[in-house]
Amino acid sequence: MEFLYFLAKTGFYATALVTLGSAVLVVTLRNLFHCALALILCLLGVAATYLYLKAEFLAMIQILLYIGAIMTLLIFAIMLTNRLADQSVSQTNRQSLPAFALLAVFNVFCIASLTAVPWKINPASLTAPIDAKILGAHLMGTYVFPFEIISVVLIIALVGAVILGRTDQ
Amino acid sequence: MTEFLDQIFIIAKNGALNFLGVFLPDWMILLARILISVVTLVAIAPVVMMYMTWLERKVLGRIQNRYGPNRVGIFGLLQPIADGIKMLTKEDLVPKNADKVIHFIAPMVIVIAPLLVLAVLPFGRNLIAADLNVGLLFFLGVSTFGVIALFMGSWSSKNKYSLLGGMRAFAQMISYEIPMLLSVVPVILTTSSLSTVAIVEAQLQGKWFIFTPWGGFASLVFFLCGVAEVNRTPFDLPEAESEIVAGFHTEYSGMKFALFYMAEFISTFAISGLAVTLFLGGWDGPGILPSWFWFGLKTLILILIMIWFRGTLPRFRVDQLMGFAWKVFLPFTLGNIFIAALWVSLPFPGNFIADTIGITVILTLLQVFNRKEMPKKRKYLCAN
Repeated sequence: MEFLYFLAKTGFYATALVTLGSAVLVVTLRNLFHCALALILCLLGVAATYLYLKAEFLAMIQILLYIGAIMTLLIFAIMLTNRLADQSVSQTNRQSLPAFALLAVFNVFCIASLTAVPWKINPASLTAPIDAKILGAHLMGTYVFPFEIISVVLIIALVGAVILGRTDQ
Repeated sequence: MTEFLDQIFIIAKNGALNFLGVFLPDWMILLARILISVVTLVAIAPVVMMYMTWLERKVLGRIQNRYGPNRVGIFGLLQPIADGIKMLTKEDLVPKNADKVIHFIAPMVIVIAPLLVLAVLPFGRNLIAADLNVGLLFFLGVSTFGVIALFMGSWSSKNKYSLLGGMRAFAQMISYEIPMLLSVVPVILTTSSLSTVAIVEAQLQGKWFIFTPWGGFASLVFFLCGVAEVNRTPFDLPEAESEIVAGFHTEYSGMKFALFYMAEFISTFAISGLAVTLFLGGWDGPGILPSWFWFGLKTLILILIMIWFRGTLPRFRVDQLMGFAWKVFLPFTLGNIFIAALWVSLPFPGNFIADTIGITVILTLLQVFNRKEMPKKRKYLCAN
């Protein structure tokens, strides 16, 4: 059994490495389509991390929405630009050094705040069943306000897209 | 006897595990339990694909009044194996300007998704590789991978026809994914579960969802969207031979080309299997024969219907394809969720009446709003 725990731990570190590595590739590769593929790998890594945290529903939604919908749309958008066939688009400009400095400061704050929070674990939530019924009840009850706000924002985006895309008049 | 035949695969698996348990430690048994299911699925899927190609060529031949393959073995049964050997010995060509790495990876990535989704299909009573409590979402999420792999192949070939095929595939997927997901929502609504096993168990003893008013229409929409999802005729625009050579796999040869076909056929099998699970009662059937037989029979019937489509229907035009998804399927499936909610919440005679009225209203509205529109008269102005 210890060997299996060791395997699981190795798997987690490998997942983290792949996620972070592909995230770096997203911002360094010179071809837009390669960047999009690296982003897919990164999002898959995040989904795998959710699986490690026993959040199967979240992991599947991550795959369905981010890879199935958003990445498909993103590649579709890249396809419509003339950058698709370009071999090299530089992703950096001359201000990368100050950007790195700012990022380092930001990271220090992030790490400091992450280690300062106690992260209390509710033991009841560890064994709670993930049921479609319970999720639906929460979405329509406890979290109805954010849910409705997201719906309204999406409707506004849809209407805006229709207005922008209209050709008549 | 029936009970034994019904559970024969599970008994075989447990027997093998018990035998291994004599001389292997616990953690290796745990791994073996997973590996046996995985290896079985990965080994069976190519065989299923091989005999689906045989079946398709046979049935298409009969539709077109000819014999189909009949030279290799009895009824041409060894034809798929001969094809496999031919594919493996063919030269592997890579275009000079191709993006070598992605061109190489794409055929491998494209078979992963159809193989993964087989894990959540209940092939019979207790006969499922992984009973996830989000199995349905897993299936729908992972099957979207196919289109990205497909576009990888089409883009990396650096061929205009390939790219056109990939673009068509993308547009088609975006359009048909939405009605497909929405047509599944009523099933989740009724069973209040995302597990494929629970969905089949809710339909036992002939209470199949296809016999309910909402289920009849939803299954039709789901099946047609499924056909579109696996790029089969009449939705095979991405690989339209008469227009864009062979679409996304123009620049592939040998075994890589065969992998694209393998992905298509295994997806066809998986989509048929999911349609059976969601609407046709899964492995439910008269208890005389084992449960996996009923699942196989229903899946085979759906596959035969797809082959029948291919033998009889012409290809859609691009605008017809898009219009069909956005103007007919999408509004209908949205209304269908409401109809399914009425079915669940009302008592017996009321729900029939409410559903009949609801479906009539939706179909009438669709008919009214989708009237044939005469195109506006074009005005040609002379440049002066």
